[in-house]
Amino acid sequence: MINASVLYALAGVVLFGMGVYAMIAYPHLLRKILGMNVMGVGVFMVFIAISYQGPEQRADPVPHALVITGIVVAVCATGLALALATQLHALTGSARIPADGEE
Amino acid sequence: MRDLRVLEHHHDDDTAMTPPRLIILALSVLMVVGLALAALSFPAGDARLATLAMAALPQSGVLNPVTAVLLNYRGYDTLLEVAVLLLAILGIWAVAPQARIWIRRPDTPVLAAFVQLLLPLMVVVAGYLLWLGADEPGGAFQGGAVLGALGVLWVAAAVWLSNARRGNLLRPLLGIGLAAFITAAVALLLARGSLLEYPSGQAKTIILIIEGAALFSIGATLTLLFVGGFPRRSDAP
Repeated sequence: MINASVLYALAGVVLFGMGVYAMIAYPHLLRKILGMNVMGVGVFMVFIAISYQGPEQRADPVPHALVITGIVVAVCATGLALALATQLHALTGSARIPADGEE
Repeated sequence: MRDLRVLEHHHDDDTAMTPPRLIILALSVLMVVGLALAALSFPAGDARLATLAMAALPQSGVLNPVTAVLLNYRGYDTLLEVAVLLLAILGIWAVAPQARIWIRRPDTPVLAAFVQLLLPLMVVVAGYLLWLGADEPGGAFQGGAVLGALGVLWVAAAVWLSNARRGNLLRPLLGIGLAAFITAAVALLLARGSLLEYPSGQAKTIILIIEGAALFSIGATLTLLFVGGFPRRSDAP
């Protein structure tokens, strides 16, 4: 039952969960941005794993194309998020989301 | 190369395990277990889309099914993706309009000389990947990544044109991919009544023209995402 593509998909799921945790738990924006990227990589791994159709057949091209699109959008989102974070730091001196009741 | 070290403030960074974080951790683990069970129950061998994509391949103008999906079946999707690339750069320039990214010339001439040697080679590799993308794994995004790497080296070596000429060169490069894509879409809409439906026989030509234009935009965008602002050389006016 556990073959390479299932293992690959499960690893993607674990990466996604690690990204979600980092994004929610840590106040620092750089950690949130990194968490978002790890989540994205997890999703891409799941997509690549489900496109595998055995050694005889060519992989399903549709998820592959979606992953290429996803990688490009993730890179763009990361660049924009980093610019927002550095600008927030330039304006407020801090690059983190304040906790409740904190200025 | 906007200095991301400004984000690194240790008193800001708090990663200790606190009770709320334990709850988040528990919920994350629960989510992973649920998603893993879902991933294990994916229907095996459900390949309707793959079958359709392969069946239509002879009409798509290319032999690489991934390129067929990206530039033909889902061309609209890729059109918007090229728009996202441009929007990200515009967003970065809009967020910090006053940010000047000063680039210092490195102390050694070796890097600049090396980049000038690599320049023709990497341009040829990018063009080859683009051409290959029609029939084998490759394409505009892969070639664009090579051009982006070249751009990053170019920035690191501070081999720059004058500030004024760089702006004049950068803006058309950033826009040409989207412009070519929209031109093709509108021309096909007027000629055939449907958006991005290629006439059979000319599909490969149209795909390669769009990809060729997108190649430059992708390379320029990736370089500027790395730079993180409007680049200026510190020793140039």
